[in-house]
Amino acid sequence: MSVWNWSGFFNYLTNAYILEGVFTTVWLTCVSLLCGLVLGFVIALMRRSKLRVMRAIAWFYIWLFRGTPLLVQLIVIYTALPQLGIRFSVIEAALIGLALNEAAYLAEIIRAGIEAVPEGQSRAARALGMTERQIMRYIIMPQAFKVIIPPLGNSVNGLLKTTSVTSVISMEELLRRTQVLIQEKFMVLELFAVAALYYLILTTLWDFVQRRIERRFGQSTAAVGLTEKR
Amino acid sequence: MIEITGVTKYYGKFPVLKNCSTSVAKGEVVVVCGPSGSGKSTLIKCVNALEPIQQGSIRVDGVEVNDPQTNLPELRSLVGMVFQNFELFPHLTIENNIMLAQRIVLGRSQQVARKRAMELLERVGMTGHAHKYPGQLSGGQQQRVAIARALAMNPKAMLFDEPTSALDPEMISEVLDVMTSLAREGMTMMVVTHEMGFARRVATRMVFIDQGEIVEDRPTEEFFPARHNPRTEAFLGKILHH
Repeated sequence: MSVWNWSGFFNYLTNAYILEGVFTTVWLTCVSLLCGLVLGFVIALMRRSKLRVMRAIAWFYIWLFRGTPLLVQLIVIYTALPQLGIRFSVIEAALIGLALNEAAYLAEIIRAGIEAVPEGQSRAARALGMTERQIMRYIIMPQAFKVIIPPLGNSVNGLLKTTSVTSVISMEELLRRTQVLIQEKFMVLELFAVAALYYLILTTLWDFVQRRIERRFGQSTAAVGLTEKR
Repeated sequence: MIEITGVTKYYGKFPVLKNCSTSVAKGEVVVVCGPSGSGKSTLIKCVNALEPIQQGSIRVDGVEVNDPQTNLPELRSLVGMVFQNFELFPHLTIENNIMLAQRIVLGRSQQVARKRAMELLERVGMTGHAHKYPGQLSGGQQQRVAIARALAMNPKAMLFDEPTSALDPEMISEVLDVMTSLAREGMTMMVVTHEMGFARRVATRMVFIDQGEIVEDRPTEEFFPARHNPRTEAFLGKILHH
């Protein structure tokens, strides 16, 4: 019936309602990433704990959240938990779901990073009188960070797009707002193209940021590479 | 300074150290030698509790290492340790490698820690390398920095765990020279090494370990000329004649 409408496309590209949705997608990503990082770090440490119970809890958490779809987790948090009297607003439910899910993946990434630092490094730091907390902060994490950055970047890229899943619990991020407009205006292709373009822009920008971070923290690694060649 | 009494240690059911006793007095240099797998590295790691022991007692400067009440970080800062694989921190510059523990363990100011780092770099002949990263240095240079890093804490004793075993032959002497001058200045040292030339020149006492047992523990001048024990004889025969 109607063919591609350029003016419609450009019109929605700069539409305030859509732009707010883009903004929501960005902060949703940032906040759930930060919460996911903190929780993921705690779970990574629990997985390495001397206490069996701690390791078991961490293992169970990762098993549960990596083994079930985010879509199901979100619906449980938003729609099923009220049955037990636990109610969250849409924003809370979206953030909790994304952060819990992200933490499970980040925990494994962080754990791999920590385990990539040779045991001799902790031993040397311990021999100098550092406490376990100081060793983690000054010796292990800075070195683990380099190992963590590439998969972490990948995870952020995924998260930017995964936020769209929260549209099913009516979180008003980019995809949800696009769908709302489609229901009013019927410009299906134009509006989805706008949404897709914004996701592309966001992931491309992140790519750029990630490369800068990698370059910055890659310095002393490059120096290590020098002697290995020699 | 270091008293090791009746120390027994197991890895699972396997005994790595069997009822070991020896001591290192203030200003003494004790060289520990023995075949690989004899437990000599394990013994030295027990001294600053990097390895736990199941029985016996180790006292450093009068403090029982094996006591759960002992503040291990504090005790460890009194005992410097140098490792086979240097274990410098690759993400920090040489200067920061030497300054970090001074700052966060001893609470020294940036200026004091830097001054001490520079003094020690000069002492181990590494002036001018302060702003490099460990990966840019040779093995011998890294090990000299590792010695400086340990000395920066003003330790009362130094432990050396095979400090030259990972080095190319031409770099061994530069590390041994630093260790020799340290010994001459009266540092209390416990050294696990196969460098018998160094031992002969520097050690006040020799400890020979085989299969987790201390087989011999004698003054250096007795240890080398007269062989008292067939196991020592066999070991020295292997490492001296090649």
